[in-house]
Amino acid sequence: MADFKVHQRDGEGVSVIDLKGYLDAHTAPDLENAFQKLLTDRKYNIIVNCKDLTYISSAGLGVFMAFIEDVRKNKGDIKLSNMSPKVYNVFDLLGFPILYEIYREEQEAVLKFREQKKA
Amino acid sequence: MAGKAQKLTKTIESRTDNLLEVRDFVLQASRRFGFSEEEASKIVLAVDEACTNVIKHAYQYAPDRTIEIVIQPERDSLHITVIDDGKAFNPSVARLPDLKQHLSHYRRGGLGIYLMRTLMDKVEYKYAPGKRNEVRLTKYLTASEPRA
Repeated sequence: MADFKVHQRDGEGVSVIDLKGYLDAHTAPDLENAFQKLLTDRKYNIIVNCKDLTYISSAGLGVFMAFIEDVRKNKGDIKLSNMSPKVYNVFDLLGFPILYEIYREEQEAVLKFREQKKA
Repeated sequence: MAGKAQKLTKTIESRTDNLLEVRDFVLQASRRFGFSEEEASKIVLAVDEACTNVIKHAYQYAPDRTIEIVIQPERDSLHITVIDDGKAFNPSVARLPDLKQHLSHYRRGGLGIYLMRTLMDKVEYKYAPGKRNEVRLTKYLTASEPRA
């Protein structure tokens, strides 16, 4: 489906997932597959860059809920970055900023992972 | 314009790939009615959640059933009714999750109902199991949004 794309980039000890398009009940399985692959590959330091994410519904938010526990059990985290105000509002309505670290820029999330690794 | 506005109807098959078409239909109607982009986005998301609930719960992902979406503009409000003939499910009586507790237990269900009730001014439900279920979502124009 051309209206949603998940692209993975691997950096130093961090994997970045770029989301593009809309994340709803139809496209949520694509993101689930991407998270599942990261877990299978034992990559637990994950940043989801939402720069080109134009829409999210609860089906998309549910994917983050489905994986965060497993990721944190393995001493990793899912951090989010570059959200548009429209997408952030949906995360905020559901109280996600309590549970997830959300950064303006991807680089801030990368630095946070590095700090946490040193600690 | 306070005259009787036109009712709009769309019927889709119960597949998630049709959600995009529903969102576009609702977005256009909400804009035309005079809602701001922010309010129109809220309506779109609420209707998406209602249709997703029908696909998941009423039809349990059967792809060949139908969902009817009826948009009825009134003088100062927009009513969107989502109609199915599947298993009855009443989101208006479903317990609203305590969000903090819900999230701390990593639960992913129930968020759609919470969103519908948070984003809209009113959520009403009528059902006749196996015959016709209706979720009626209402949003009022605020004083700052002049009626088109």
